Amino acid sequence: MLFDFANVLVFTALGLGFVGVNLLIGKLLRPANPQARKLSTYECGEPAMGSAWVNFNIRFYVVALIFIIFEVEIAFIFPVATVFRRWVEGGAGVFALVEVLLFIGILFLGLVYAWAKGDLEWVKKIRV
Amino acid sequence: MDAKEVYASLEKLFPGKVRDFRSEVREPYLFVEPAAIVEVCRFLRNAPGFRFEVLSDLTALDWPKQETIQMVYHLFSYSHNHQIVLKVDLPRDHPRIATLENVWKVANWFEREVYDLFGVIFEGHSDLRRIMLPEDWVGYPLRKDYVEQEEYDGISTQRAPLVEKLLR
Amino acid sequence: MKPLINSLPETVFTTKVDDLLNWGRASSQWYMLFGLACCAIELMQTGGPRADLDRFGAVPRATPRQSDLMIVAGTLTYKMAKRTKLLYDQMPDPKYVISMGSCSNCGGLFQLAYSVCKGVDKIVPVDVYVPGCPPRPEALTEGLLRIQDKMMRERWLVKPAKVADEQPSA
Repeated sequence: MLFDFANVLVFTALGLGFVGVNLLIGKLLRPANPQARKLSTYECGEPAMGSAWVNFNIRFYVVALIFIIFEVEIAFIFPVATVFRRWVEGGAGVFALVEVLLFIGILFLGLVYAWAKGDLEWVKKIRV
Repeated sequence: MDAKEVYASLEKLFPGKVRDFRSEVREPYLFVEPAAIVEVCRFLRNAPGFRFEVLSDLTALDWPKQETIQMVYHLFSYSHNHQIVLKVDLPRDHPRIATLENVWKVANWFEREVYDLFGVIFEGHSDLRRIMLPEDWVGYPLRKDYVEQEEYDGISTQRAPLVEKLLR
Repeated sequence: MKPLINSLPETVFTTKVDDLLNWGRASSQWYMLFGLACCAIELMQTGGPRADLDRFGAVPRATPRQSDLMIVAGTLTYKMAKRTKLLYDQMPDPKYVISMGSCSNCGGLFQLAYSVCKGVDKIVPVDVYVPGCPPRPEALTEGLLRIQDKMMRERWLVKPAKVADEQPSA
């Protein structure tokens, strides 16, 4: 089992090494001429006005939230799929299936709620 | 109604304020006194027989020998399908005239352009500043006595003609 | 750490690395879309399907931060000149400029106008001038190939060549 961890360590080292060596070669080979005007904020040729920290739309947060919830649901279903065969052979296949379907069903109700509330629409209709 | 009738009505309604109608040209024009331009234009826009809803163009001409800057207003009517041109003579050393921004909104940008290129001051204009040239430009380019400045913003405005360079 | 630029002697290894770097840069010139007037239409057509610039690896970028070539296509006015200088300054090194068309070469057709800058080389250093009004896509492609040749001659790892003495020895 320790050998498996060594595997992971080697892969991590190779990954970090790959990235690191590439960045190092870049640092050695590229010109570096920082100037005040070059480092100024880009705003289509005009001097930048105002801060770039603006309020952005809440839709992004809502979509990301719904995505995370269902992503975690999928992450939980994967282990069920791996051990499902053992449960079927043990005679409790129906029980396992019903349990998983119940789990999916509860989250599906949440999806239906979000859908009905219009949170899955990107373009919102104005309610007159 | 055609341009002759428009002039005749204007002469009756604004005696002494309109003059010199020319009709044999392609776009007949008449001269208006500078002080009366706003009321004449408002009448032309609103009156039932005239209804000039659109100010097609607002430009100027520089006549240095006559010492005038001549404003030109092109009016057009969609409902009656007729057009007329108004001209106003302004003294060249201090050209000032009332703004037509309150009669036709489009006059806002036209007048900014005339200010930019001729230096005519429009009294009552809400935002009289240069529209085309940079804000720190010096001079009014479309005047006949305009002299280009030596350099702008550190950039020289002259370039040696290539032929001279080759002949040298 | 300091970059190794222009610091190594001229050996087979360093010149080959230089060739590799130059070949990589020349085959992927990302040009900044700087179309100002009618030459911009020809620039778009040169990037279009018939006279394809993409086959040389040149893809258009809208921002100076990701481009190493600025194709100034069109008439430059004094009002735009300030912004052009700032955009050129905001491009990362190494950067090149193609002046496309008569108007950006010398003011062109509008040379007598009060508001036209008589040539973009009054503001930014130009590497290749492409004449024409507007230049055909083939002409602009030739300009790009000349920039490729210029890039291939550059030295990165190798020390720059010494300037020879002007006076011939007596």
